[in-house]
Amino acid sequence: MAVAKKEHQLIVSVSPHIRSEETVSRIMWTVSLSLLPAFAMGVYYFGPKAVYVTALCIIGSLFSEWIVEKMAGKELTIRDGSAFLTGLLLGMNMPASVPFYIPLVSSFVAVAITKQLFGGIGYNIFNPALVGRAFALITWPRAMTTWLTPTASFIGMDAKTTATPLGILKEEGMHKLIEIFGDKMTLYTKLLIGHRAGSLGETSVIALLIGAAFLIYKRYITWHIPISFLATVAVITWIFGGKEGLFTGDPIVHLLSGGLILGAFFMATDYVTCPSVRKGQIVFGIGCGFLTALIRLKAGYPEGVMFAILLMNCFSPLIDRNLKSRVFGARKEAKK
Amino acid sequence: MEHLQEEKVSYLQVLKNGIFKENVIFRLVISLCPSIAVTNSVRNGFLLGIAVVFVQVMVNATVAVLRRFIHPRIRIPIFMLIISGWVTIVDMLMAAYARAAYKEIGLYIQIIVAFASILARAEMFASKNKVLPSIFDGLGSSLGFLAALVTISFFRELLGKGTLLGMPIVHAKPLLIMVMPTGGFLVVGLLMGFFNWIDMRFYGGKGAGGAGGH
Repeated sequence: MAVAKKEHQLIVSVSPHIRSEETVSRIMWTVSLSLLPAFAMGVYYFGPKAVYVTALCIIGSLFSEWIVEKMAGKELTIRDGSAFLTGLLLGMNMPASVPFYIPLVSSFVAVAITKQLFGGIGYNIFNPALVGRAFALITWPRAMTTWLTPTASFIGMDAKTTATPLGILKEEGMHKLIEIFGDKMTLYTKLLIGHRAGSLGETSVIALLIGAAFLIYKRYITWHIPISFLATVAVITWIFGGKEGLFTGDPIVHLLSGGLILGAFFMATDYVTCPSVRKGQIVFGIGCGFLTALIRLKAGYPEGVMFAILLMNCFSPLIDRNLKSRVFGARKEAKK
Repeated sequence: MEHLQEEKVSYLQVLKNGIFKENVIFRLVISLCPSIAVTNSVRNGFLLGIAVVFVQVMVNATVAVLRRFIHPRIRIPIFMLIISGWVTIVDMLMAAYARAAYKEIGLYIQIIVAFASILARAEMFASKNKVLPSIFDGLGSSLGFLAALVTISFFRELLGKGTLLGMPIVHAKPLLIMVMPTGGFLVVGLLMGFFNWIDMRFYGGKGAGGAGGH
C-alpha cells in the first residue's frame, strides 16, 4: 500500500479499482453507536453499576488486544473499534451486579484467547464476546445469574435481586409470570420497554430494535439471520412451549425476553463468524433458533441464545462451503 | 533420530533432548489425553508421571535388549505386548500398595498402554540403539512428560481449586472452569504457546509443529 500513496506515478494494480468508503473501523464504530440506545436503557434501569461493568469490559478488551499484539509484534489494531465493540457487547451481556474481576477476566478470554490467539480480527472461529460470556457463566455460575431488579433510580441502589422472566417461565410457568406483572398486556409492554431483570443491555427490546433498524438501513446487516432466527424460535416455542399441549406456548414472551433480540441482531450477524452466503445465513439463523428453543424448553439453562450461536459458529464454514453459489459458466464440481 | 547412532552423543544430551527439545506434550504434541484427564490436581499428575517414567524406562530397556530378535514386520505388536506387560505390573503394584491413588487414577494407569509417547520412543529409539542409551532416552522423554504433567496440574489446581497438593494457598474465589476438561485444554494450549514464545524469542526456534495424538 505504500506505493499507492505516492502520487504522479503510473500504478499497475489488480482490481477492484473502485473501492467503497466502508472500512472495518467505520463499521465497528457504527455498530457500537447503534448499541447506544439499548445501553442507555440499561443504565436507566440498573444505575451506575451498568456503566461500571461495561467500562471494565471495554478497558479489559482494549488492554488485552494491546498486550497480545505487542507480544506478538503485530500491528496495533486498537483504534479499529473491534475490541471496543467486543467489550461493549460483553458488558451488555452481563448482569449489572457482577464483581469487578469477572468483566476483566472474561474480556481477556474474549479478546486475547478467542480472537488474537486464533489470528486476530477476521480469523476467529467463535464470536469473542459470547465466548467471554460463556467462560464467565461456567466459571462463576452464581454471580452470572444474580439479576438486579430494575429500579430506574440512581439513588438508593439496594441490590435487590430477582429472577429473569425466562427463569420464572422455566421454574414456575406462564401463570406465575402473569401474576407478577399483572396482566398479559402489562407483561408484554414491560418486556418491550425493558423493565425486567436480565443482562444490562439485553432488556430493552425497543431500544435494541431501533439500533438494529439503523444497521439494516445502513446495510451493515441483512435481515436473513435475525428474521430466520426469530421466526424459528417463535414457531417452535408456539408449538411446543405450552404446558397444556401443542400450540399453547406463548411465542411473544419468548421473543421479547432473554438475550434473543440482542443475540439475533448484533451477535449472530458478526461478519467473521456467520456464513457469508445468503442461503447459508438463513440455514444459520434457523439452526440458531432451533438450538435456542431447544435449550430454553428442554435443557437445564433458562436461556440458550449464547450457546446456540456459539454452536452454530462451528458450522459456519461448513454451511458456506456447501451452499455457495456456482460461478457462472463453471461446471459443477464432481463429488469426491 | 539417525544422527544419534552415528555421532557419539553424551547420555546427558539424550536426557536433555527428551525433556526439552522433544518434550512429549509441549513439543511433539502427543499423549494429550492424559495431560488433560489426570491433571486436575498436582498429586494425580505427579503419580501418573511416575508410573509413566517406570513403564517408559522398562519398555525401552526391554525393547533394546530384544531388538535383534524382533522381526521388523511384527515389531509393533511385539512392542505393544512388552508395553502392556509392564503396564500390568505397574497396575498391580499400585492396586496393592497405593490403594487411595489407584482409586482416582487407576483407569489412566491402564491406559498407559495406549500412550503414543511410549510406543514412539520404543519405535524411534530403543529398537535401534543399545540398552544404556535407550534407558537414558526413556528416562529423558518420560521425565519431560512428568514435568509437563506437573506444570499443567500446578496451574489447574492453583487456579481451579486454590490449593496445591491439597493445601489451601489462595483464598479468592477459584476459577471453576479450570478443573473441568475445558480448563485442561486452555492451560495446555496457553502453556504450549508460552513455551513456543520463549523458544522463538530467546533461542531462535520456529515453534512446535505438532502431529497430535492421544
